[in-house]
Amino acid sequence: MSDIILELKNITKIFPGTKALDNVSFQLKRGEIHALMGENGAGKSTFIKVITGVHRPEQGEMFLGCSKVTLQGPKDAQKYGIAAIYQHVTCYPDLNVAENIFIGHEIRHKLGRLNWKEMYRISDELLQSLGINFNSRTQMGTLSVAQQQIVEIAKALSMKAKIIIMDEPTAALTKRESEELYRVTEQLRDNEGASIIFISHRFEDMYRLASRVTVFRDSQYIGNWELDKVSKDDLIKAMVGREVSSLYPKAKTDIGESVLELENLTRTGYFSGISFSVRKGEILGLTGLVGAGRTEVCESLFGIHKADSGKIIFAGNEVTIENPRTAMDLGIGYLPEDRQLQGLILDWGIDKNITLPNLDQFSNGVWLNDQKELEIAEDMFKKVLIKAQSVQATASSLSGGNQQKVVVAKLLTTDLKVIILDEPTKGVDVGAKYAIHKIMSDLASRGYAVLMVSSEMPEVLGMCDRIIVMKEGKISDTMDIADATQEKILEAAMVKSVKDRQ
Amino acid sequence: MEKLLKKKNNIQLDQFRELGLLLFIIIISIMVQIRNPSFLTGENINDLLKNTAILSILSVGMMLVLVTRGIDLSIAANMAFSGMLASIIVRDFPQIHPVLIMLIGISAGTLSGFINGLLISKGKILPIIATLGMMYVLRGSTFLISKGQWVSAYQFTDGFKKMATGTNWGINNLILIAVAVYALAYYFINHTRTGRRIYATGSNPDSAKISGINTDRMVILVYSIMGMLSGLTGVLWMARFASAQSDSAMGYEMNVIAACVLGGVSMSGGSGKVGGILLGSLLFGILNNTLPLINVSPFWQNAIQGAVILLAVIANVLAKRGMTKRNLNRRDR
Amino acid sequence: MIKNTNKLSFLLKWEWMLVALLILINIMNASLSPYYLEYNNMMSAIMAFLDRSFMVLPMAIIIIMGDIDISVASTVALSSVMMGVSVQNGVPMTVAILICMATATLCGFINGLIVTKFKELSAAIVTISTMILYRGIAYIILEDQAASGFPLWFSILGWGDIGTIPLILIVFIAFSVIFWLILHKTTAGRQILAIGQNNTASIYSGINVDKMRLFAFTAAGFMAGITALFLTSKMASTRPNIAIGYELEVIAMVVLGGVSTSGGKGKIHSVILAIFVIGLLKYGLGIINIHSQIVTIIIGLLLIFSTLLPSIGQRVMSKLKIIRQMNL
Repeated sequence: MSDIILELKNITKIFPGTKALDNVSFQLKRGEIHALMGENGAGKSTFIKVITGVHRPEQGEMFLGCSKVTLQGPKDAQKYGIAAIYQHVTCYPDLNVAENIFIGHEIRHKLGRLNWKEMYRISDELLQSLGINFNSRTQMGTLSVAQQQIVEIAKALSMKAKIIIMDEPTAALTKRESEELYRVTEQLRDNEGASIIFISHRFEDMYRLASRVTVFRDSQYIGNWELDKVSKDDLIKAMVGREVSSLYPKAKTDIGESVLELENLTRTGYFSGISFSVRKGEILGLTGLVGAGRTEVCESLFGIHKADSGKIIFAGNEVTIENPRTAMDLGIGYLPEDRQLQGLILDWGIDKNITLPNLDQFSNGVWLNDQKELEIAEDMFKKVLIKAQSVQATASSLSGGNQQKVVVAKLLTTDLKVIILDEPTKGVDVGAKYAIHKIMSDLASRGYAVLMVSSEMPEVLGMCDRIIVMKEGKISDTMDIADATQEKILEAAMVKSVKDRQ
Repeated sequence: MEKLLKKKNNIQLDQFRELGLLLFIIIISIMVQIRNPSFLTGENINDLLKNTAILSILSVGMMLVLVTRGIDLSIAANMAFSGMLASIIVRDFPQIHPVLIMLIGISAGTLSGFINGLLISKGKILPIIATLGMMYVLRGSTFLISKGQWVSAYQFTDGFKKMATGTNWGINNLILIAVAVYALAYYFINHTRTGRRIYATGSNPDSAKISGINTDRMVILVYSIMGMLSGLTGVLWMARFASAQSDSAMGYEMNVIAACVLGGVSMSGGSGKVGGILLGSLLFGILNNTLPLINVSPFWQNAIQGAVILLAVIANVLAKRGMTKRNLNRRDR
Repeated sequence: MIKNTNKLSFLLKWEWMLVALLILINIMNASLSPYYLEYNNMMSAIMAFLDRSFMVLPMAIIIIMGDIDISVASTVALSSVMMGVSVQNGVPMTVAILICMATATLCGFINGLIVTKFKELSAAIVTISTMILYRGIAYIILEDQAASGFPLWFSILGWGDIGTIPLILIVFIAFSVIFWLILHKTTAGRQILAIGQNNTASIYSGINVDKMRLFAFTAAGFMAGITALFLTSKMASTRPNIAIGYELEVIAMVVLGGVSTSGGKGKIHSVILAIFVIGLLKYGLGIINIHSQIVTIIIGLLLIFSTLLPSIGQRVMSKLKIIRQMNL
């Protein structure tokens, strides 16, 4: 028996407009947990879908054990014992747990009638073996994300999968839930003899679980290492392609008076008692775990969802922010977290995207003025250094970083005083990351008050003047950059979950 | 997160909704009964069920279509077409056995439904547009095959009319057929692999594909079933009213969609229960049948239906919102 | 960039296809009837279908925004019946016309209000309910009676000319110009297209999406009122079953006009072309005594193929593009 259970050679996958995988190779050893790393857009998710037969590559070969296989579809992959737990939980919220486990490979009586009894029995057994105690008749939609992930793992087990792929399973989990997942993953390897590909952005996940790591960058294979023989810095270098120390061009600024103040802002179920202020020329970091309520606070400031109680004070006056329009008219701009869904109209050109928030400014009364619009769009296009064929190129044709620059340009057309940036560099390449940080720093120097939400510790530490940490809807700590360390922030973000564990 | 939370509420609401619907039906029945004691007599109930049978049969198909996030506007035209085809055969070849004729009608309906499914799954046309197009084609075709003429009562054979008006074991055939359709549907939906896969397809089409479910085939199947039931009810419609016209059942598709919505079938797919649509159709039937009994002009019928549907969907939204709010309050924040 | 040009060239083709179709139909009609191309005949052909076409304009806007309004024909019925009953009860005609327009606008406004206040509901389900409700109210008011007794001058609306041009055509051209300007030349039009492309991004860009939707549904109500005026004037009487089934015809014209049913794309001039394609096709087939019911087959097939073609075209394009990339 070969030591290599799965091997892919020279895989190329093309989507209209982009090469998602370019001549990529990969090896998985029997019984190992293998980390797959790379920035967003590096091609990891596409790669997984090739392994599971969802995408058929244009070129390349796949070997299972020693035999070459060609997958015609997801069914084939299932047959060969390959199962995946995807980044966004792919469950059926309307169906119950047992159905979710057995969909696609149901157990049936001789005449084709579903054997519910057997399915419930096996589901309960599987869940029990994973150390989980909820009933398999529970509706999937009522479970937490973490619980749903365990169900997905049970599903993989029910298919007798020997190769299990986990695509960022910890992204939406709390610390404690992640620990639970680690336990289950190790159990899969030790008790079930499964080989596991584990994709994650978190180094802690990787060091905790994996023995080997493969890195992708820009749709290409960069290399693979034994984890105990490679340093974190080297890995980062492999992932981003260059040194990262120069990523944070933060200029010193004079911090002025407070522009925006929150007093006891509360939105039931999302956050409560939030009080802080943002000052002129300051970059204020808002950090914490995913789901801590950071985005929700920003959305209330921008009028997407109104807060239930508390005060917002803008330039000394108490204001009610009914909708994004009132926020923008006051001088509050917001760069949303999901640029493709919330920030851009992908089918439109860069110019029309840039001018959208401020059509009035470019129009004569109600009439559009194409000439003026184009001028202003081109001006912005140059200011934020978008790399594209022309100002009329569609937003969908741009890379993640350049798309983000378009969204930033949208903000800058408005006369703003406060700029809220929600995960401004999530999934953008290093070059664009630097450019966005540079813009951010410039804005602060020019007297804007900047509020940045970020989960990325180095970014928060590298760019901010002050840091607020949120945990489960409340502010757990506020610190000055001089006193802030990675450990302090983490402790503030997770202190309760740590306590729970003890 | 928010999406998941919403789903969570839907599920708690599901049980509520059916109970609420049942309660509503009971309250209406009691009110009508007080005003007119002849409401809850055997004969009247038999009438009511007879009048609701066709609607309830069609609701089964429409529910499956809605579950896959689709809609079918062509069903009434399909009924007219299949029914007309059967009626013409009865007129011209009265010696053919009625059941055989019914099978021909069903086949014609199934074929039309199959074409719908093909256009939607393989042709990637939005369901509302594809079925709207088919509606036109079928209405026109009905006129074409009938050459614009009616098939009238005297041209139907007794055997044909008996299919809808006859009785077995003292119960009207229409009711028996509806009961059979519901029993089959219940079994199909809850106890077969394909039935569950239809729900999976509607609940999350993308994952369904990843799990290896042939979603195109599910869509084609669902529209074919809808077509089959339209064919069946089309033949029954002609037999019941003993008259086939090219504009038979005009606009009936909206009644069916409305009955499904009343029965708690979500237009966004994935959920819908046999019990729900049964109650929904029944409520619809009661609204239609009881107005004369309580001396309300039948011309009020449409307005009352429209208002009830509108209020039902709005009440549903308000209940959901209330539940979300309570859940959020419970989240210790 | 490549994607962009492909799509644009396709849209361009679509408009030209409609023009070609229109020319073809005119040639066919002219060969069927020697009188077809005579001015008077042409005008009466156009008058035959323009009444319902008023609703096509706002429907295009609504579909571009990703919504749909199925209640428009019922709105026509209710507002027409309201007008008829008012006149029967001695209300002056001018006031009755105002009542008609107010009723129709209110119907549309109510749709818009429900759709924006209860965003969880799809516009389809809301307007299916109000479709049943509005026509139901018309039935309550008039039962199965007809209302007539309009003053003679009211018939000018439907039948009259200004100079030699039918009044209805002038009004239609005026509204077409207004809607064309709104969609293609104003900031509101840009916002409508943006909402159809990406509702969420539009909200984050500070567009008041609720206001725009409310406006679109109200406009649909208003235009249904205009239809009610012309239709009632032409028929000189009204019944609750007036304009039955028009909503689907209107939607069919919009779709045939190349408006994307998934929202965000569409042009008023293509939609107007589609109105004339369907209208003149019906008229032409009427010349050779083909029953209007059979014409529906052709409309149905047009509808199916006009949406099937782009979807097939797009798939072929992306295949081609992959092949091109492979060769790079």
